[in-house]
Amino acid sequence: MHPAPSIILFTTLSGLGFGMLAWLGLDVPAPRGWIAFIFFLIAFGLSCGGLLSSTFHLGHPERFLKAFTQWRSSWLSREAWAAIIALGLMGLYAIGLIFFDARWRLFGITGALMSVVTIFATSMIYMQMRTVPRWNHWSPPVLFLGYGIAGGALLTGNVTAAILLLIAVGAIQVFAWMDQQRREAASDTNLSTATGLGQPGTVRAFEPPHTGSNYLTNEMVFRVGRKHANILRAISLGLSVLLPVVFLLLPFSHILAALAVLSHLAGVLVQRWLFFAEARHVVGLYYGK
Amino acid sequence: MTSLPDQTAKSLGLVIDLDTCVGCHACVTACKGWNTENYGAPLADTDAYGANPVGSFLNRVHSYEIQPETGPAQLIHMPKSCLHCADAPCVTVCPTGASYKRVEDGIVLVNESECIGCGLCAWACPYGAREMDPAEGVMKKCTLCVDRIYNENLPEEDRQPACVRTCPAGARHFGDLADPESDVSKLVADRGGIELMPEQGTAPVNRYLPPRPKDEMPEFDVLAPFLEPVAEEPQGFLGWLDKTLTKVSG
Repeated sequence: MHPAPSIILFTTLSGLGFGMLAWLGLDVPAPRGWIAFIFFLIAFGLSCGGLLSSTFHLGHPERFLKAFTQWRSSWLSREAWAAIIALGLMGLYAIGLIFFDARWRLFGITGALMSVVTIFATSMIYMQMRTVPRWNHWSPPVLFLGYGIAGGALLTGNVTAAILLLIAVGAIQVFAWMDQQRREAASDTNLSTATGLGQPGTVRAFEPPHTGSNYLTNEMVFRVGRKHANILRAISLGLSVLLPVVFLLLPFSHILAALAVLSHLAGVLVQRWLFFAEARHVVGLYYGK
Repeated sequence: MTSLPDQTAKSLGLVIDLDTCVGCHACVTACKGWNTENYGAPLADTDAYGANPVGSFLNRVHSYEIQPETGPAQLIHMPKSCLHCADAPCVTVCPTGASYKRVEDGIVLVNESECIGCGLCAWACPYGAREMDPAEGVMKKCTLCVDRIYNENLPEEDRQPACVRTCPAGARHFGDLADPESDVSKLVADRGGIELMPEQGTAPVNRYLPPRPKDEMPEFDVLAPFLEPVAEEPQGFLGWLDKTLTKVSG
């Protein structure tokens, strides 16, 4: 799949932002006043920045309100609702913490819940794609939630939780990388089922419909990333999990904490790039790829 | 609206004969022509006369080679467009309701003024039947020429999809595949028509008629003994030339 920068930024930033909001909603840590303002500024900046970034890949971003209409069937629509509800609840909750030194528990807990639901809905957009065998599995929702909540713990300064969650996410990620190749190889969709040809015998793509590229090959038959996948996986794991854990284990300083956050962010960006670039869409079969 | 209808009154679709298709791409051209000039946004091309032309098409013809266990390979041309699936995954992923399946005839359509151009429906389609228009930023797909098949301003013989009407080989057929008595249903039953990617669970309406087994040609060798080469090795002047040139080239 084509790793569109807007989508990579969107899933990474909004995942972190909503992960952060989930921790803030549960009041761990328990910032008040100005400190709370800074925390919420970062969390809203990340989640809203991510959502905004997602509109850049739309053909008609000015019609984005229409995306709220189909929540009965569409995960993208459900995500839009979950995001708006989460931001609304957490906004009210933030007003209490910042201006009134009051913790409006109902808003915090429901806001935290909806933040988690938002990350889940984002992941389901990918997980539901039967056409992409690597995504059509429990691992994307678990990993999206894992990165979001672990990153949120890191950003809110929940050091112990962050260390444990990052290690857990890293382990699941390594398993998912190993397993996804097996899963893709085991996919029951192949050129033979795609064309219905070749029985008995073998079928091979002889000639594509045209010599150039098209929307389908540009969008869904992206092949550059697979060559360097292993080294990129190592970079991603090192930046998103190992380095932040090391920084967190060292004696606390604000510089190390900031470095841990930046390293994690860069690592998740690489992971998301791989998530798209490595995924093969079955339509590639028609093009012999 | 993006929920699929439980049932459609008809299942209009195409039956494509892979045995007959000669791969001339006339259906591609007719489709592009009709759908650029009629319903919805025109099918745009970018850099049409430049080094890297890209454009949106609703129908494309692939070519595949079958290598049977014995005998020569066979070349099959395979036109591919929207299969108007009963369980169309492109419809349910649509966040705006732009993508829908018609209850009356099962045609899957895009309401272009509702489309935000997110591209999710193209991801959900295993067949590559949907393409984003590069100029308009909305999703384009086969409409089964909905603006032809019911169009009373056209002569009756033209009230079928442009690709079917134009096919010079008669490889494309249009009709109601839900009606077992329709010509297309009989054709499918007769020729063992198949679904593409049935394991994807999309329940496509369109059917493909697989190539029929080829006739066996017996080895025709009545005259062969008379046509054997007279001399295996060149002799005389040609023999001398052959030897000399072999030495020179060395």
